[in-house]
Amino acid sequence: MAKAGLGLEITELRLGFGSNGHNKKRVFSEVVKDGKCSNESEELHNSQPSMNQIVGWPPIRSHRLKNIERKSNPVCSSESAKSYVKISMDGAPFLRKIDLKSHKGYHDLGTTFENLFGCDGGVLIKGSDWSQYTAIYEDKDGDWMLVGDEPWEMFIESCKKLRIMKKAN
Amino acid sequence: MTYFPEEVLEHIFDFLSSHQDRNAVSIVCKSWFRVERWSRQRVFIGNCYAIRPERLIARFPRVRSLTLKGKPHFADFNLVPHDWGGFVQPWIEAMAKSCKGLEELRLKRMVVSDESLELLSRSFPNFKSLVLVTCEGITTTGLASVAANCRDLRELDLQENEVEDSRGHWLSCFPDTCTSLVSLNFACLKGEVNLGALEKLVARCRDLRSLRVNRAVPMEALEKILARAPQLVDLGIGSYNHEPNSLAYKKFRNTILNCKSIKSLSGFLEVSPRCLPAIYPVCLSITSLNLSYSPGIVGSELVKLIHHCHKLQRLWVLDAIGDKGLEVVASTCKELRELRVFPSLFGAENAAVTEKGLVAISVGCPKLHSLLYFCHQMTNAALITVAKNCPHFSRFRLCILDPQKPDANTQQPLDEGFGAIVQSCRGLRRLSLSGLLTDQVFLYIGMYADQLEMLSVAFAGETDKGMLYVLNGCKNLRKLEIRDSPFGDIALLMDVGKYETMRSLWMSSCNVTLAGCKTLAIKMPRLNVEIINEFNDMELVEENLCDNQKVEKMYVYRTLEGPRQDAPDFVTRL
Repeated sequence: MAKAGLGLEITELRLGFGSNGHNKKRVFSEVVKDGKCSNESEELHNSQPSMNQIVGWPPIRSHRLKNIERKSNPVCSSESAKSYVKISMDGAPFLRKIDLKSHKGYHDLGTTFENLFGCDGGVLIKGSDWSQYTAIYEDKDGDWMLVGDEPWEMFIESCKKLRIMKKAN
Repeated sequence: MTYFPEEVLEHIFDFLSSHQDRNAVSIVCKSWFRVERWSRQRVFIGNCYAIRPERLIARFPRVRSLTLKGKPHFADFNLVPHDWGGFVQPWIEAMAKSCKGLEELRLKRMVVSDESLELLSRSFPNFKSLVLVTCEGITTTGLASVAANCRDLRELDLQENEVEDSRGHWLSCFPDTCTSLVSLNFACLKGEVNLGALEKLVARCRDLRSLRVNRAVPMEALEKILARAPQLVDLGIGSYNHEPNSLAYKKFRNTILNCKSIKSLSGFLEVSPRCLPAIYPVCLSITSLNLSYSPGIVGSELVKLIHHCHKLQRLWVLDAIGDKGLEVVASTCKELRELRVFPSLFGAENAAVTEKGLVAISVGCPKLHSLLYFCHQMTNAALITVAKNCPHFSRFRLCILDPQKPDANTQQPLDEGFGAIVQSCRGLRRLSLSGLLTDQVFLYIGMYADQLEMLSVAFAGETDKGMLYVLNGCKNLRKLEIRDSPFGDIALLMDVGKYETMRSLWMSSCNVTLAGCKTLAIKMPRLNVEIINEFNDMELVEENLCDNQKVEKMYVYRTLEGPRQDAPDFVTRL
């Protein structure tokens, strides 16, 4: 019987005890903190798996569990390392720093731009005529690129620095 | 009653819609039995192994609508091994032979193969409605044959099934001549669908009222569909992902304003919360909202959405809504009748719900009668307050995530709280318990819950007395399912006749022994006493398994048919 550790075991797929084809059993890790609980559990479950590993608990349909897992916030499931980059805006006296990984996508980033500098988040939309600004970033190679060309996940990996630039007349 | 023409009887029986009523009239006398059986069109079979299909058809030759349930309820939580049973194939074969007038099939927790669906689609010329709930074995090949062959199909409703995507586009298999669809729900499918085919299908089915799409249907496609079907009453949104400044979003926002009939909203399988304002106008009139598959809608966006839902009667939501969010529900949704709060296991713990949210709901929503509530803690005081505020509960399911957790304030068992619920809610039909519970709660249940039909017990009780209180007191009990509780042979065997009045009994990780199960089986030949022994399936020989050994999983159900022929190796019928 594999013993569950703490933390993210709930995301693990494990082989169940029997081998009847459908081997995957979702286990719910729960450390029993309350001393009273653990005493009771010992009485009840002498020959049972420990309370740290309860099959079928909490009672949620597996279809629902799978769907919530798939759609879990990427920030939660990826490495927790944050990714702060400097961001400057032409004409603003100070630079700011933002955490790219705490954003969900380009539209979210646009909201942050609005909050930090008061500019229209539409600055992120390439080729939009009605914004006097445009957003660019410095990538790992040192090149300045237009924000928005890449899928978001690739962008946050390659972005080193951000700049909101006034368009040339 | 001297003479009463049978046609008149039949006409009167037509007014009886409930199965119980029809069952009752059928046993009054022979002539009523005869009239009833020839006129019965809808049959409900709560356990597919309680009766053989041939016997059903012999008694009700004109059946048009059949509802079947297969696996025990705890199969939903992976407690029943994969190949346990519940195959629909023998039913379809039997009906195909002798009952070609079948129009509707509703299945829950059954195994549905492509072969079954193919046979179904070819055997019943008037087939109209297929509803599959948490079934397995389905692939898109099977769906394709239903789409292609069922000429008059009105309803294809797939709820939370595991559907395997084989190659091919099942949706394109609806012929151009198909215009009869009223309800189409494929939200649980994972794969791509042909968006063009979907749009054309919606365009030609002028009576379409309910459409729930899967995550492969993006906002642009949905906009085109809504433009074709402004008459929709029930909408399940797939991907709701766009920049609010985009053209696609603005188009969608305009189109959905034309859908003035939408009463029910669900899905949001992928979502950009900043696009939610487009559906605020729809929210003003909806009575049902299901956000339980949308972990992306949280915090202030969720609250803003709820603020628009004044007419809501049913709400399904994730616990990220928090107690604060539930307070908003309580002050906005005065017509609320049903609430389900599911755990978002990966969310922040401090956003989850506690007893405070439930109390707030009970204060603001006195019409509440159905509850499913996953929470991190509960108190007796809260439950007592809820019982006082909401005496109309018919379904009350509380799941405290930490098994055997006591009252969060007093550290006492939650017996008094649940006791208050059963005492106040005299119409309670379904109850699920959790938290720290002694035998006392079962005493209360036996004493007060006389309408109770289904009871779910986990990690509760102290002695056999607990189970006995329930078996003795709950006269209307139909389903009892117990896991990880210290009830043993004494409780099991005290009143064996009781189990013939019930549909089924499930006990797993309790104290019943093989000897106890054998005794039950011997005393009650019209019960199937099945033991599931996954761990020993290789070596299981009955003589080797000691009679004193505790049985891991036991499933007992009444049946007219004796042992079932399709039981796998790991299931032993005593």
